[in-house]
Amino acid sequence: MVKCIIIDDELSAREIVAQLCRSADDLQVLELFPNAIEALKFLNQNEVDLIFLDIHMPMLTGFDFIETLKNPPKIVLTSSDKNFAIDAYEYDFIVDYLMKPINCDRFSKTLSKIRKAFEQGHQDFKGAPKRTDLQNEDLFINIDRRLIKLKLGDILMIEAKGDYIVIKTTDTSYKVHSTLKKIKEKLPDSLFMQIHRSFIINYTKIIDIQDNSVLIDRSVIPISRSNRPNLIQRLNLL
Amino acid sequence: MAEVPNLNYIKEIAGGNEEFEKKFLSIIQTEFPKEKEDYLSLLENNELEESAKVVHKIKHKLGILGLTNGYKLAIRYEEDLKYGDTKLKDDFMGVLNSVEEFILKLA
Repeated sequence: MVKCIIIDDELSAREIVAQLCRSADDLQVLELFPNAIEALKFLNQNEVDLIFLDIHMPMLTGFDFIETLKNPPKIVLTSSDKNFAIDAYEYDFIVDYLMKPINCDRFSKTLSKIRKAFEQGHQDFKGAPKRTDLQNEDLFINIDRRLIKLKLGDILMIEAKGDYIVIKTTDTSYKVHSTLKKIKEKLPDSLFMQIHRSFIINYTKIIDIQDNSVLIDRSVIPISRSNRPNLIQRLNLL
Repeated sequence: MAEVPNLNYIKEIAGGNEEFEKKFLSIIQTEFPKEKEDYLSLLENNELEESAKVVHKIKHKLGILGLTNGYKLAIRYEEDLKYGDTKLKDDFMGVLNSVEEFILKLA
């Protein structure tokens, strides 16, 4: 999981980046900051892998902020001004330069650049278990005070239904009192992803993809527009 | 025909998340009037370089609200203001008014 923070003096701009990050299972937004000074305090006490950084900010600009960092993490610059793109090439830890307002499709390219940067560079992805090993890992679910063991590889999808989630496997379904958010934390990103606010799927089980839906087993599951680029990106990695 | 603000971009980013959409619109409703006020006050005091910085922020919102021509106008106006040129003032005001009217309708 890549831990990131967002720095932008405009609340609307921070919220857009945070919302786009929500579509990526392997990005975790730790905090949002309205200025670089507050972010510096946070960086002194916390480990951060990636920063989405606005260039035009009062007091300390994005580039001023970069100059203060002794050991900079990866950075994605955001700006509504093309003029600084060339300056970004000066720094090898700058992964991408995003023009605001940020387009969903363009952001999926940024995600792939981030993944590539971390694969080449340092942490996380290298030590990840192989997908085949993960298929055999167990997940215990609590139903009527019984703990039932499921193999991750048998799970096809999970659907949110009010206060419950329905876990569908190759031969049965289980209704569990929980939320998609909670179960998502227990599932490996390399097998599962959320493609709609009510659905998490095991994307190794996909049979077919149409414009706005995927077919798994005999179920057609909707894909939300914001999650589609991320799904396509993942499938390209298979 | 003058272009009209729309919510297409916000809906695309929200991806069906109505809670986000609502929260985001309320942010725009709060931020935009404040930025417009700041811009007008700086312009009145002839602080053109500072007003260019506010135009820069407003420019992003014009893009968010699908105002392609308004966005392009803001790019030119921001640059002009840095050089003390206010000839696009009235055109820009027209864009600001259409955004304000749109926001009021959403409230």
